[in-house]
Amino acid sequence: MLIYLPIAEVSVNAFLLLGLGGMVGILSGMFGVGGGFLMTPLLFFIGIPPAVAVATEANQIVASSFSGVLAHFKRKTVDLKMGGVLLVGGLVGAALGVQLFNALRAIGQVDLLVKLSYVVFLGIIGALMFVESLNAIRKSRKTDGPPPRRHHRGWIHALPFKTRFRTSGLYLSVIPPLLVGVAVGVLAAIMGVGGGFIMVPAMIYILGMPTKVVVGTSLFQIIFVTAFTTLLHATTNFTVDMVLAVLLLIGGVIGAQIGARIGVYLKAEQLRILLAIMVLGVCFKLAFDLLVQPTELFSLGAASNH
Amino acid sequence: MLIAPQAAAAQQESIVAGLSQNTVSITANFNGSEILIFGAVQRDAPAPEEPLEVIVTIEGPDQALTVRRLDRNYGIWMNVEAVEVDAAPTFYAVATTAPFDQVITSTEDLRYRISIPRAIRAVGTGSDRPGDFTDAVIRIRTDAGLYQMLENSVNLRSETLFDTSIALPANLVEGDYLARIFLTRGREVVTSFETEIEVAKVGLERLIYNLAHDRPLVYGLLSLFIAIVAGWSASAVFRYIRSN
Repeated sequence: MLIYLPIAEVSVNAFLLLGLGGMVGILSGMFGVGGGFLMTPLLFFIGIPPAVAVATEANQIVASSFSGVLAHFKRKTVDLKMGGVLLVGGLVGAALGVQLFNALRAIGQVDLLVKLSYVVFLGIIGALMFVESLNAIRKSRKTDGPPPRRHHRGWIHALPFKTRFRTSGLYLSVIPPLLVGVAVGVLAAIMGVGGGFIMVPAMIYILGMPTKVVVGTSLFQIIFVTAFTTLLHATTNFTVDMVLAVLLLIGGVIGAQIGARIGVYLKAEQLRILLAIMVLGVCFKLAFDLLVQPTELFSLGAASNH
Repeated sequence: MLIAPQAAAAQQESIVAGLSQNTVSITANFNGSEILIFGAVQRDAPAPEEPLEVIVTIEGPDQALTVRRLDRNYGIWMNVEAVEVDAAPTFYAVATTAPFDQVITSTEDLRYRISIPRAIRAVGTGSDRPGDFTDAVIRIRTDAGLYQMLENSVNLRSETLFDTSIALPANLVEGDYLARIFLTRGREVVTSFETEIEVAKVGLERLIYNLAHDRPLVYGLLSLFIAIVAGWSASAVFRYIRSN
């Protein structure tokens, strides 16, 4: 069934959009990622203009993240305090990131920088996660006891302004979460994503949060950052397509619920390795696109305003 | 009574034409639209020996574009050149009664901007090979069905009645589309006719588009509200399913 999208000004198959939304929603509920880094390229692929895809995707992420976070709230696997701190950092970071992005645009070649950032970050994070979770799985297979707790004793635990993050079981300075939030916010603004795929590994490895709390907390923070982004896009570029958003989010919110439930049945290390594989997959696809000669050497885009 | 000499004033021929529809309403399940263009040649004297040819064009609103070229630098494919195109139509179809070079000369084509390359205006400087960029626009848009060259698709009966149908694709941009009809004889334009087709979103599509542009903050907040309600509903539904 074809449906005409009023802002994108293209006609697409409604069922295709529902399916895409559902698929990405499942991943969102499972891993605590927004899904933007997967969905946005998929939207380009089916013919949605890039500006509309990025703006509308932010809107859809709000919906599936909200759906996912509710499921996590029920299980008490959201650390609100940590989420709040990360969020404050995230909004500051997003604002800074937008400035940086505009400065880069003035130089030109922003597209390339964004793609390279994706490849670099996805590659590093994916590889690190893959190795770490592989080791964790091997260890948990050898010993039949409970999985070993990862203790980071080091300079992070020597920082001031410590406070208790009950849900995560941590007693930690607020400085690392704030900085992580800012860093993720900057990257999210430049790459146009929710930032979950950076946030989740950062929470696990830098902050030392237990995996089961990471997903819900990440979703919590993503909701606010992407809501902020959606409003910005809607008011400055008029590029949010409500019809596209509704079709994507119907699939997305249902998928997020399913994903949250699947996530419960997986062990923490399995979850991490699956996320690592997914992240690496996207990284390789992007790198491949950069290295291999494309079929069409030219591309059309909106005129730049002089 | 008087026999007008051949070399005298041009044959008085004019076109009377109509369209199957003057407006195209883009509804929620818009799937393209086929426009039938038909008409007749009105003339006071019998048709001359030389055969008549007919050209019909439909042109969508113009858009400014940036065309970028990829090339390999440091092993990576990146955009190396960009050219600004002042105006390229979002849709352009040309239908003729016979192969294009048989119906019109290049000079006349240039004068009336009939063929697809002629419809693209002012490719900016900034490249040694602007032609490649124009070709790229044509190639990409032709593959997308937005530019169509339909030779031999206008039917002409007894040098008088003509008709053709042009399919507008599903991906249409709003605006006034210009339909032009040219009569040519000996590859020179004899007379022409113009009319407009109005393409506009209607109903819900129109409402959403207007809201997005006129009240963007309301629109943005509404989108977020819908997102949150949907998220909450899905959560509630699943909780209900699980508890039963």
